[in-house]
Amino acid sequence: MTFLEQHPVLVISVIKVAVLVFLLMTGIAYLTWFERKAVAHMQSRWGPYRAGPHGLLQPLADGLKFLFKEDFTPDGVDRFVYFLAPFLALSLSLVTIAVIPFGPQAIVLLGQQTPLAISDVNIGLLFILAITSLSVYGVALGGWASNNKYSLLGGLRSSAQMVSYEISMTLSVVGVLLVAGTFSLREIVEAQGGYFLGFLPRWNIFSAQFPQVLGFLIFLTAAFAETNRVPFDLAEAETELVAGFHTEYASFKFAMFFMAEYASMVTVSFVTSILFFGGWHSPFPPNQVTPYLPTFLLGALGLYVIYDGLRYETIFGRVVLPVLGLAITALGVLCAWPGVNAFVQAPFWLLAKVFCFLFLYIWVRGTLPRFRYDQLMGFGWKVMLPLALLNVVLTAAAMLGRGR
Amino acid sequence: MVPASYYLVLSAILFGLGVVGFVFKRNIITIFMSIELMLNAVNLAFVSFSRELGSLDGQVFVFFVIVVAAAEAAVGLAIILLIARNRQSLNVENVDLLKL
Amino acid sequence: MNVELFLFFLFALMAVGGALSLILQRHPIHSALSLIVVMVALAALYLLQGAEFIAAVQIIVYAGAIMVLFVFVIMLLNAGEEERTAASRMARVVGVPVGIFLTALLAWGISGGASSQAATEAVVKPYDTKQLAVLLFREYVFPFELTSILILIAILGAVVLAKRES
Repeated sequence: MTFLEQHPVLVISVIKVAVLVFLLMTGIAYLTWFERKAVAHMQSRWGPYRAGPHGLLQPLADGLKFLFKEDFTPDGVDRFVYFLAPFLALSLSLVTIAVIPFGPQAIVLLGQQTPLAISDVNIGLLFILAITSLSVYGVALGGWASNNKYSLLGGLRSSAQMVSYEISMTLSVVGVLLVAGTFSLREIVEAQGGYFLGFLPRWNIFSAQFPQVLGFLIFLTAAFAETNRVPFDLAEAETELVAGFHTEYASFKFAMFFMAEYASMVTVSFVTSILFFGGWHSPFPPNQVTPYLPTFLLGALGLYVIYDGLRYETIFGRVVLPVLGLAITALGVLCAWPGVNAFVQAPFWLLAKVFCFLFLYIWVRGTLPRFRYDQLMGFGWKVMLPLALLNVVLTAAAMLGRGR
Repeated sequence: MVPASYYLVLSAILFGLGVVGFVFKRNIITIFMSIELMLNAVNLAFVSFSRELGSLDGQVFVFFVIVVAAAEAAVGLAIILLIARNRQSLNVENVDLLKL
Repeated sequence: MNVELFLFFLFALMAVGGALSLILQRHPIHSALSLIVVMVALAALYLLQGAEFIAAVQIIVYAGAIMVLFVFVIMLLNAGEEERTAASRMARVVGVPVGIFLTALLAWGISGGASSQAATEAVVKPYDTKQLAVLLFREYVFPFELTSILILIAILGAVVLAKRES
């Protein structure tokens, strides 16, 4: 037996990692498309429309642009750190996906049963907090290595902001930890199964011990600050400080910072839906109709894409869009098959919740103005931290009271 | 299972390297970082002993060492900032007299 | 050569390499990055020994907060590369044998009492974060509260020391 046959776990892990990274990178690329479209429609304009039907090939065009742009290195930079910073940012943003559980069932790969996650560690929550702590370095080192005053200032501001809001984020998660009693993400989700009074889902935000509403709000706000998104994106906005810590980064390295930001958005959405909104549990109690919701949604989307494609302007769109719509409808019909239906329920609900949070991120970006830096830091230390501590104290008191 | 003595030898090597760095380097911040390296080596020894003896007290001590290192790093770096402001140099050879 | 031994050597090599890089690099920022590598390697070694919570605390607190402080100070002070003076060269020549001797003495001393053959997994208590928390809040509650006061004093000290005289 070769080494690989003796340790099938290694091969299975590599396969899972490859599939998930591919899906995640494609998802990030189309998230940028979706953000530009959504923000544009909020601003009464169309967004990308020309690169492929409905701008669907815009991410491809952006990728090609990043590949072909000149990749210069400014004079006087510290080479090692200059090359390290974007790699660090991107790899840390991607690595969190390794502990996210996608479903309760175990799948069979290469003859072995494995859980539907890359790795099922029992300190998943601590792992995510640790990676969030380390992600400060990508920003700080990127700002410093550019040999540019504005980058340094932007990097320092951004990393100070991330460190400040990290404390509130960690404390808001402690409430969930108290309620669930375990660090393992899979067990946190499994503890949120079932329904109150037969119809209200037993998610952590409606928790029996203490509803984690305050915890959720603090976590979401801190996550906006951690990922440097509006309204906390002072350090990297185009109208402030040139472009902040990634001013001096050219094509591919800038693309890595860009992807790192969207990857951390996706990761935070996953973590929020797992911790506060029940992960893969459906909001509807078991009945006959709702298991067919994936079929219904995908079928409706596919039919609309076919209808829109048949009336599209360009010939390319009139050919491609109906084919795409047909593929989506076929996928929807496939989800109605009994075996596939049972399998697809858990990932569908998790992805639906993640999609809702991503839309919330994009919605906030199109709507809110940004904080000034001193307002931001004051808010983080004087408002969020006391509220997070209050949440921990109240949760602990409620649990102690009920324990009696 | 990896025997505990392997971990302890590694801890000794790291501690020795920390001492070497502390004695030889001229930059105050690097000297401070060598102290942190020594503390980390000690933490590794604590965890190894905790596993060897089957008691969790070693891990409690590691927790306290990390907390004390955090407090010490904060105050120490503030002092380093003051020294850099007063002497305009981070070279420890310039800080060897009490008088400026 | 089982997986655990292989992982031990991998992370031990990473830690020693990082420590060597710490003392051999000229620019403080590279030394700081090497120290972060050492800390991550040590966190992996703690995980290998079953101390999960301590590994996470090491990364969250040590590598994710204390080292960020170091990196901030290096950036703020604009620390440059070290100069090589005559004194530092001589210190290097004299001290490397002393360092090796000290390391050997330490290694022989502290590993003398520990087992040096691979023990069987007879009675290995599973380490639980809950047990650690119980220990911390029952037997060690007094030092725990003292460390919180210590951190408060450190915060006050750092704020007072680093304030610019206006």
